[in-house]
Amino acid sequence: MSSAMFNLILEATLDTLYMVAVSGVIAALVGIPLGVLLYVTRPGQILAQPVLQSVLGIITNIGRSIPFIILMVAIIPFTRMLVGSSIGTNAAAVPLTIAAIPFIARLVEGALNEISPGLVEAAQSMGATPWQIITKVLLPEARGGIFTALTVTAVTLVSYSAMAGAVGGGGLGDLGIRYGYNRFNPTIMLITVAILVVMVQAFQSLGDYLVRKSDHK
Amino acid sequence: MIRLTNLSKTFGAGSRAVKALADVDLHVPQGQIHGVIGLSGAGKSTLIRCVNLLERPTSGTVEVDGQTLTSLSGPALNQARHRIGMIFQHFNLLTSRTVFANIALPLELMGVKRDEITKRVTPLLELVGLADKAQQYPAQLSGGQKQRVAIARALASRPQVLLCDEATSALDPHTTASILELLKDINQKLGLTILLITHEMEVVKSICHRVSLISGGRLVEEADVGDFFTAPRTQLGRDFLNEFLELEPPRELIDRLEQTPGPNSHPVVRLAFSGDAVSTPLISRLARECGVDVSILQAKVESIQERTLGLMIAELMGDAEDTRRALAYLQSHDLTVEVLGHVQRDV
Repeated sequence: MSSAMFNLILEATLDTLYMVAVSGVIAALVGIPLGVLLYVTRPGQILAQPVLQSVLGIITNIGRSIPFIILMVAIIPFTRMLVGSSIGTNAAAVPLTIAAIPFIARLVEGALNEISPGLVEAAQSMGATPWQIITKVLLPEARGGIFTALTVTAVTLVSYSAMAGAVGGGGLGDLGIRYGYNRFNPTIMLITVAILVVMVQAFQSLGDYLVRKSDHK
Repeated sequence: MIRLTNLSKTFGAGSRAVKALADVDLHVPQGQIHGVIGLSGAGKSTLIRCVNLLERPTSGTVEVDGQTLTSLSGPALNQARHRIGMIFQHFNLLTSRTVFANIALPLELMGVKRDEITKRVTPLLELVGLADKAQQYPAQLSGGQKQRVAIARALASRPQVLLCDEATSALDPHTTASILELLKDINQKLGLTILLITHEMEVVKSICHRVSLISGGRLVEEADVGDFFTAPRTQLGRDFLNEFLELEPPRELIDRLEQTPGPNSHPVVRLAFSGDAVSTPLISRLARECGVDVSILQAKVESIQERTLGLMIAELMGDAEDTRRALAYLQSHDLTVEVLGHVQRDV
């Protein structure tokens, strides 16, 4: 393999990691609070707000039901407004983030749902405020579930980012399509796929490790 | 210390309304252990959850240490809850926290400083006998140990009142006994007022000073525990007691019991002795002085709150005149006599 080719692959790998990292971190920062909000505003919960809850629920469902490839194209004006361009890794990170937010939110909501209601009740009996219940009971108790949610999201983002490559987002997907598919270079195709597999494995192992470490059940 | 006045709780509304509590009045003085016993669905859980307003009563007032909790909400209610500890049937410990950190939780919630927390948690660990488990997680503990942690946690904020929601129902008899011993100990050492709900007479017998009987959301009977075990006033109370003591006449005798005496019948009586009567040889005196024979069908001695209680089911055998005198003799002594019925004897 020529050094030019090597550089190309390295650059594409870093681009993919960059897109996954940027969109993953931002989506986690928005998605985790959104998931908590979806949970605590449920009827009978500590901050029950049935109307707000159903509005948030509907928005989340809309976000989750739009196929990523369509979302990517549909929000191009918004992406341009935000990062000034509709191509490149930064531009790809915008739809990736938007797709990942409701995804994380629902997974986090599910993780919180696993917590025994008795724990919240015990905290209430100790005079905990809703904020204290969220920070000292719900989030720590759901830590393992939240790590699982983030792992699933990271893995999904790796495959979504490859799709983003198809519309000029850069990264391994882009490389695979331009060199592997369009120019019919099976070596490049295999290498990109192999790197993606390793990347997914690495995320999964890291996630599993964090889940194990935080689980004391 | 705890005063519930005219407390009612209705779940749902309209035709689907379910009245879980109706006109409950209850007063638990400082330092007392008060038990509320009832069958499942009687409203026990709702009652205890109304005391710290986990469940807000539909009407009536809850007063703890002179403060009317039912008029509080938000931060003021949270403040008041710091002075009320609570333990649960399923312990409700945080799995993500060590034993130490679980006990520290209420103190963190109150904003107590870190070094002060350590100073307060350590003696609590010793009090509940888990000093060596401080850094373990709840999953590594047995049920009894978990409840000990929960007790230490409930005491961390130095409450005046402890609420126990079926605290021993998930534990085996041996562990139950050790947890009850701990609660009794805390009550005596710290002068803590304890309100507990249970469906087990054993719990009432071992640690309660006073007991209320709940049925259909109403308190139907209230008595000192010694009196309750000697002479419950309601049928439900008698059912609980008989089931607990396993003190029923033999099956084939029950079938033959008549409510009214016949020409050749003998009375079957249930006797409950307490105090001095326990150590008096009443039965042999009865036989000697009244000329009746006494056939003991069942008997047992229980120790309740430092009082000894003797219970007996016996048939008084003799002619009508002798048995009447025998009953009068028994009634003139310090014991409770209940005539269960009369059994016809073949001549």
